[in-house]
Amino acid sequence: MALAHPTDPRVGAGIMALAAIALLIGGAFAGLLVEGAGDLSGAWAAFDPYLLRVVRFTLWQAALSTLLSVGPALFVARALSRHPHFPGRAFILQLFAVPLALPAIVAALSILALYGRAGYFAGLFSAIGGQGWPGIYGLSGILVAHVFFNLPLATRLFLEALQTIPSDQWRLASQLGMGARPAFRLIEWPTLRAALPGVAGLVFMLCITSFTIVLTLGGGPAATTLEVGIYQALRFDFDPARAVALTLLQIGLTFIVVLALARLGANVTGDASLPVAPRRYLSVDRTEASLNATLIVLASLFVAGPMAATVAAGLGADLGRLAGEATVRQATLTSAVLAFLSALLSVMLSLALTVARRALVLNRRSGPRTLLEHATDTGAGFVLVVPPIVIGAGWFLLLRHVGDVFAIAPIMVVTVNAVMAMPFALRAVRPAYDAASERHERLCAQLGISGLARLRLVDWPSLRRPLATAFAFAMALSLGDLGVIALFGSDSVQTLPYLLLARMGSYRTQDAAGLALLLGLVCLALVLAADRLGKGMARDV
Amino acid sequence: MRTFLYSLIAATVATLSGPALAKDKLTIYTYESFTADWGPGPVVKKEFEAECGCDVAFVSVADGVALLNRVKLEGASTKADIVLGLDTNLTADAKATGLFAPHGAVSDVTVPGGWSDDTFVPFDYGYFAVVYDTEKLKMPPKSLKELVEGSADDKIVIQDPRTSTPGLGLLLWVKSVYGDKAPEAWAKLKTKVLTVTPGWSEAYGLFTKGEAPMVLSYTTSPAYHMVAENTERYQAASFEEGEYLQIEVAGITTTGAKNPLAQKFMTFMTGPKFQDAIPETNWMFPAGKTDKPLNPAFDKLVKPTKTLLFSPEVVAANRKAWVDEWLAVMSK
Repeated sequence: MALAHPTDPRVGAGIMALAAIALLIGGAFAGLLVEGAGDLSGAWAAFDPYLLRVVRFTLWQAALSTLLSVGPALFVARALSRHPHFPGRAFILQLFAVPLALPAIVAALSILALYGRAGYFAGLFSAIGGQGWPGIYGLSGILVAHVFFNLPLATRLFLEALQTIPSDQWRLASQLGMGARPAFRLIEWPTLRAALPGVAGLVFMLCITSFTIVLTLGGGPAATTLEVGIYQALRFDFDPARAVALTLLQIGLTFIVVLALARLGANVTGDASLPVAPRRYLSVDRTEASLNATLIVLASLFVAGPMAATVAAGLGADLGRLAGEATVRQATLTSAVLAFLSALLSVMLSLALTVARRALVLNRRSGPRTLLEHATDTGAGFVLVVPPIVIGAGWFLLLRHVGDVFAIAPIMVVTVNAVMAMPFALRAVRPAYDAASERHERLCAQLGISGLARLRLVDWPSLRRPLATAFAFAMALSLGDLGVIALFGSDSVQTLPYLLLARMGSYRTQDAAGLALLLGLVCLALVLAADRLGKGMARDV
Repeated sequence: MRTFLYSLIAATVATLSGPALAKDKLTIYTYESFTADWGPGPVVKKEFEAECGCDVAFVSVADGVALLNRVKLEGASTKADIVLGLDTNLTADAKATGLFAPHGAVSDVTVPGGWSDDTFVPFDYGYFAVVYDTEKLKMPPKSLKELVEGSADDKIVIQDPRTSTPGLGLLLWVKSVYGDKAPEAWAKLKTKVLTVTPGWSEAYGLFTKGEAPMVLSYTTSPAYHMVAENTERYQAASFEEGEYLQIEVAGITTTGAKNPLAQKFMTFMTGPKFQDAIPETNWMFPAGKTDKPLNPAFDKLVKPTKTLLFSPEVVAANRKAWVDEWLAVMSK
């Protein structure tokens, strides 16, 4: 029996979300191509031997960064899920959302404050190495920074997936007296494995498009990503055709990698029965507990270190004066409002895609997946490798004939950021929705509950917490955005990161450090609020 | 009710006739640090509004390159009357867009090497320089040659010419000193380069954090630290071969050619009310007449023995080839 009817409203919602995303990306490409069609020579000229080297390096650093972020994250997430009462657990998780909101340059400087040539650890490293510490410039610097950004992200997403394991499985494991090893193999690993391609793909996409980190910490143009080429094509050369060609190459490469990653995954055989057992966990023996604790502490220190450096630098600024400045207050407000709206839109888009994909899966029963299903699955994630500057510039070119580009700036910023954050939100929401659907689908079909009523009565309780996580990530990401705002920003729409960069660009390093601290605090506050909202009913599930 | 109706009509009439009574408006596109609270923008706006009885609206983007891009993106429908903040490396490109109109007759400017251009008018200038930390580097290089051939232990942070204006400046500087031998010079300099950042901010941030004792910046950078932070710790090195010049210019767009205020502003820009604000807000040298003497800190700055500058046409014709040449050496 096909549980979902072909005309399931969920599919309709997904198609609408996809259409909106396709319009955003397609419109941008159209804008650029119309402008650049006159001269395609730049697009062809882009494919030279240097490009081959750039592609090789881009893929290499992204693959390594993904491995180093996702591998440890699996175990940190597992450790965190095994110890729900670990001291400071909630705070660690909230802290893990903050790196996303930090502009790359702030993160780079904070990481260098620890591991740089003049960093806190330079003396120690010099003493160990026996000579002057050369800093972490080069591949190592890029990797450290990427792990700083992505390990916390992957950890939280894996944890979200682990929390979908039905409590009955744990009860059974406990009754069978399962040890840590078989429990991992039989219960946790299948769930993690199902989440793995999505999370790894997401991290890979973030690393493949890395720009400031790669250039600043890479030590020279030998470390260059394709994104630099795209940026250069639009900035100095103003060659829209080449920018589009390079963007398509970037999408193509990512596509191949994500396809390969999908093979690592597995489908979870969900549990169709309603959970009756209360949440409980396996008792953890002492060796494992200390191992887990070490793991959590190490990961937290790795993430908290650069953040502490950000705080230390920020405290050196004249915070009182900064807080009193009208510009700063206005920018804080603008940032918070734009990030809130982006996150809201982002979560709605992700939810639409998630429910549509689930409905399509149920509908299909067996046989190959349809194009639509692919699109709602990994397809939508590819927006992440379209640089915001490409979307921004494309729409700018389109809209200049239609109306006032300034007036639509805030709309553009919200929309583009929402779409960019959507792949994150998707990863957070999907495991929970799929698991809930596995349990409730039959019941809903029998009772004839669908549409909004189902969302409110059936799905909402189990989605509340993952939606809050998704919201927090989307908000953090939008908060730190610099791509879209840099193009559309005018004096009427100034965000905190924009202001931060402006201060840095005119010798006001102290001010910039203070603003970075402020940005981090705003992000933390918003994440905290999102967590609170999510908690309410989550306990009942 | 009748009173209400009357007042409603009155209000409507007032609203409709509003625009006719409103002051004329001049829209200036410029870069961010110009319009920032501490930049020249607020002073310039106040002074010019008092003089013309009009409204000045600034629209700012990240930097000079972004400025030209913004105008290209908007095309002929741009709202800008004036674009302020391009440099001579961008003017050939800017002219080629056909979006700029002749400035008429603005002649009162003094920049090293003189000025004659019918489209763009300079408002300030500065020199690129290697700025060093006196606490870390006791023997700064005395020439570009010394920098290139010096010890690889004395690191420098530079910017990428593909993404940044100072990065392009250094590229042109080396080219104007070494000519065809530039690739060999870069191969040597490469060993001293700690990292190549996408923009000036990142490089200067690394420098002030103490990551490297040298950074590519401007001869005027030490003036900021002397005036605003009261320290002489950061100084510019003086090079025997001379320093590469950056001239910042403004131009009237085709939109602005229809606005009489644009022409007025260009004249105002080269006068003392605008120029007095430049040194200590934009940290560059004034290109026109000033009323106030320069802050004594500026007298302590490096005075280039020779000014190096390629013409806009030469830069426009060769930029791509030279950047590729740089890239070939630096990415090995």
